[in-house]
Amino acid sequence: MGKIKPRAYYRETLNGGFIATKINYMLGWGRKYSLFHYPFITACCGMEYMSAACAHWDFDRFGVGMTTFSPRQADMLFVVGTISQKEAPVLKTVYEQMCEPNWVIACGACAVSGGIYDNYAVVQGIDKIIPVDVFIPGCPPRPETILNAIEKLQDKIQHQKQDWKWKIKK
Amino acid sequence: MNRIQKEARKESLLINMGPSHPAMHGTIRIMLELDGEVVKNSEVEVGYLHRGFEKTCEHKTYFNLLPYTDRLNYVSPLINNLAYVMTMEKMLEIEAPERAQYIRVIMSEFSRISDHLTALAAMTMECGAFTVFLYYIQAREEIWNFIEQTTGARMTTSYIRIGGVRADLHPDFKGLMDKAIKVTRRVLKDVKGLLNKNKIWIDRTRDVAVANPEMAVNYGFTGPCLRASGVSYDVRKAHPYLVYDQLEFEVPLGDKGDNFDRYMVRMKEMEQSLKIIEQAVEKMPASSSRAGLMAKGIEPDEAIKASRTKKAEERVNLSPNLQGSEKDVRPDILVKGKKYTVPPKEDTYTNIEGLINHFKFFMSGHGIRPPKGDVYFSVEGGNGELGFYIVSDGTDKPYRLHLRAPCFHIVSALEEMIKGHYIADIIPTFGSTNMIGGELDR
Amino acid sequence: MENKKVIDALTKAFPGKVTEVPDRLGDTIVRIEKDDLLIIMDFLKNRPCEFTMLLDLTCVDYLSSKGCFEMVYHLFSISSNKRIRIKSEVRKNELDIDSLSDLWKNANWLEREVFDMFGINFKGHPDMRRLFMYEGFEGYPLCKDYPLRKRQPKIPLRKITK
Ligand code: SF4
Repeated sequence: MGKIKPRAYYRETLNGGFIATKINYMLGWGRKYSLFHYPFITACCGMEYMSAACAHWDFDRFGVGMTTFSPRQADMLFVVGTISQKEAPVLKTVYEQMCEPNWVIACGACAVSGGIYDNYAVVQGIDKIIPVDVFIPGCPPRPETILNAIEKLQDKIQHQKQDWKWKIKK
Repeated sequence: MNRIQKEARKESLLINMGPSHPAMHGTIRIMLELDGEVVKNSEVEVGYLHRGFEKTCEHKTYFNLLPYTDRLNYVSPLINNLAYVMTMEKMLEIEAPERAQYIRVIMSEFSRISDHLTALAAMTMECGAFTVFLYYIQAREEIWNFIEQTTGARMTTSYIRIGGVRADLHPDFKGLMDKAIKVTRRVLKDVKGLLNKNKIWIDRTRDVAVANPEMAVNYGFTGPCLRASGVSYDVRKAHPYLVYDQLEFEVPLGDKGDNFDRYMVRMKEMEQSLKIIEQAVEKMPASSSRAGLMAKGIEPDEAIKASRTKKAEERVNLSPNLQGSEKDVRPDILVKGKKYTVPPKEDTYTNIEGLINHFKFFMSGHGIRPPKGDVYFSVEGGNGELGFYIVSDGTDKPYRLHLRAPCFHIVSALEEMIKGHYIADIIPTFGSTNMIGGELDR
Repeated sequence: MENKKVIDALTKAFPGKVTEVPDRLGDTIVRIEKDDLLIIMDFLKNRPCEFTMLLDLTCVDYLSSKGCFEMVYHLFSISSNKRIRIKSEVRKNELDIDSLSDLWKNANWLEREVFDMFGINFKGHPDMRRLFMYEGFEGYPLCKDYPLRKRQPKIPLRKITK
C-alpha cells in the first residue's frame, strides 16, 4: 500500500459509501413519488390517457397526479399519440425546455414506432427526436398498461444514479 | 410569413396559442392579434396531426383499411366504422340483416353519447369545472365497458364490418348496458343541476361566439353545432339509414347558436340517444341461432379430428376473441355470400372450401372488388355529417377515398367566431366546436 | 323525379353546358366545364335550387389515365333535402380553376387542402397556402406519383446509438 491521498480516499468512500447511497436512495424515493408531468397529447391515445387520469383508474395513486402545462416545471414528459413531421419541432422544443432531471414516456404504438401510419407524414417513433425512458405498446394502450409503465419508470428512477448538485466534483 | 403577420397593425400585440397548449388539444395553433384582451384578428393553423389517412387507404384493400377509420374521430370510432361500411354497402348494393342493423344503431348511439360526453368534458374542464369533467368521464367509462364487452376493445374496435357486424352482442349484454344507461342518466341529471343555471358557466358561454343560421349554413356546419343555430338538419331524419325511420326521437334545436346552445343541444341529444337505445333493444329481433348464444360446443381439436371423416356440423368453441361470430349466429349478423365477408372460422379450419374461400378473400387482387364508379354516403356522426367519398376502379383497393370531416368545416369558422371576443372566450368556443385532430387533419 | 327537376332547371339555364352523368346508385351527378364553374355554382346556390351548403370539395387524380384532375363538389340543399355532385376536369397543362370562396366560406380551407394535396391553383382565392403540410414540403402527397413513404423531415432526426 502506497501513500494514501486524503482527498481521493474521501472521495471514494463518500461516493460509494454509506451516506451517499442513502442520499441517493432518498432522492430517488422522493423523485419517484412526486412526478410532475406534462401531457403532450395529440391523438387517440389521449382518450385512454384521460381515462387513466380520471377517477376510474386514477394514476394519482402513484404520485403522478400533478399535471403541469409548462414544460419548465415538469419532470416527466408523457408523449401520447402520433407525432407528425409538422409536430416534431414542437415536441423537441418542449423537451428542451424541461429542467434536469427529466424522463420521457412514449405512450402508444404511434409514439413508439409510428404505429400503423407508415407514411410520408408521420415520424417513425419519437426516439428519433428525443430520448425515451419507457415505451408503452398498444394501440391504444389500456389504462392498466399506462399504470404499469408508470411503475416501471418509478423503479427506474429509484435505482438510477441520482444527479445531485452538492456532490463532490470529479 | 403568416397571413396575420402581414395584416397586423403595428401597435397590436401578436400572441401564439398552441399547438402545445392545454386547451388546444395539441393539434391546432391559433395566432392572435390582440388589442388589450380583445381578439382583433386571428389565424388558425391546422395539420399538426396530419397522418396521411387518405393516401394510406389507397394502398390498403377495402377490408384492411377498416382499422384506419377507427382512428379518425377517435371518440366515436363505431360511427366512423359505420360511415365507411355503409358507403361500401351502398357501392356493393348489399344490406345487412335486420338484427345487425339494430346492433349498429345501439352501438352508434352509444358512440354518439361518448362523443358528446368527451366534448363537453373537455369544454367544461377547460372552463374550470373539474367536477363535471370527472363525472362525464365516469359515464364514458361505463359506456366503454359495455362497448368492450361486445367488441373486445375500448376504443379502436373495428367492430362494424362490411355486410354486418363482427360478432353478435354478448349473451348478457343487458347487465352492463343497463348500468351504462343508468350511470349516464344520473350524470346528465347531476351535470344539469351543476351547470344549467350556474352563473359562471352562463356568463362564460351565453352570447359568446354566436353563429347565426346563415353563417352556419354558409360554413357547412352540420350536427349539434348547426342545430344549435336553429337549423333542423339531422342525417338520421333527413336521409334515414339503418332502422332510424322506425325509431322515435326528437332533434333538439337551439335558438341563438352560441356556446351555451351548443352545450345544451349536446346534453339534450344524449337523452335522445338513450331513448333510441332503449327502443332499439326492445325492437331488436331475437337471435335465430337454434343452439342459443351461450351453447357449449365441441373443442376445436375434436372438430378438426372429426372433420377428417365427415363434414363438421356441430358448434365449435371458438377462442374468446371470436366469440359471437360462430357459424350458427352468423346469418343474423352478416350478409350471406362469401364475396363480402370473411368465411366462418369453423369452415376455414375444418374443410378445404372454407380454407380456399379464406385465402381468396385475403389474397391481394381478390377479396372485395366493387364495380367501377364513385359513391358518396354519409351518416350522422358525433360532430355532424360524416361522409365518405370513394372512387373505385374495379380493383380491390380504393382509387381515391375522401372523408368529409364534420369538424373541419366547423373549425374553419373559428376565426370568425372568436373575432371581437376576449381571449378567455376562445377556450369554451374551441371546446364547443369539438375539434378532433384525427378527423380534422386526417 | 326530384333529380330531374334540378337537372331540367340547369339545362334550361345553361343549354349545352351541363351534361348529366347517369349513376347506377341513383345519385344526381352533373359534369361541367371548368370555365362555367362560377356561374353555374352561383345559379345553384340561389333560387330556385337553393343548394345553400357546400358539403364537400375534393379532387381525384386521373393524370395517368385521362391526363387530368377531376374536381368533385358536393352541394346540399336544406330546403329540398337534396344532394348534388358536380364534376369538372382540370387539365394537366393549366392547373387552375375558379375559387368558390366568395360563395361559400368553407371553400377557403377546402381549396387550400386541395392545393396542398394536389397542387391545383384556385383563381381568386384570398390566401393560397398549404394547409396541412408545412412550408418547405416539396411535392403533392395525394398525387399518384408521390411515393407513400417519401418523408421530408422538418428537423434533423437523431441518430440512435446503442
Ligand atoms: S397508437 Fe393507435 S390509438 Fe394511439 S395515437 Fe396511434 S393510432 Fe391512435
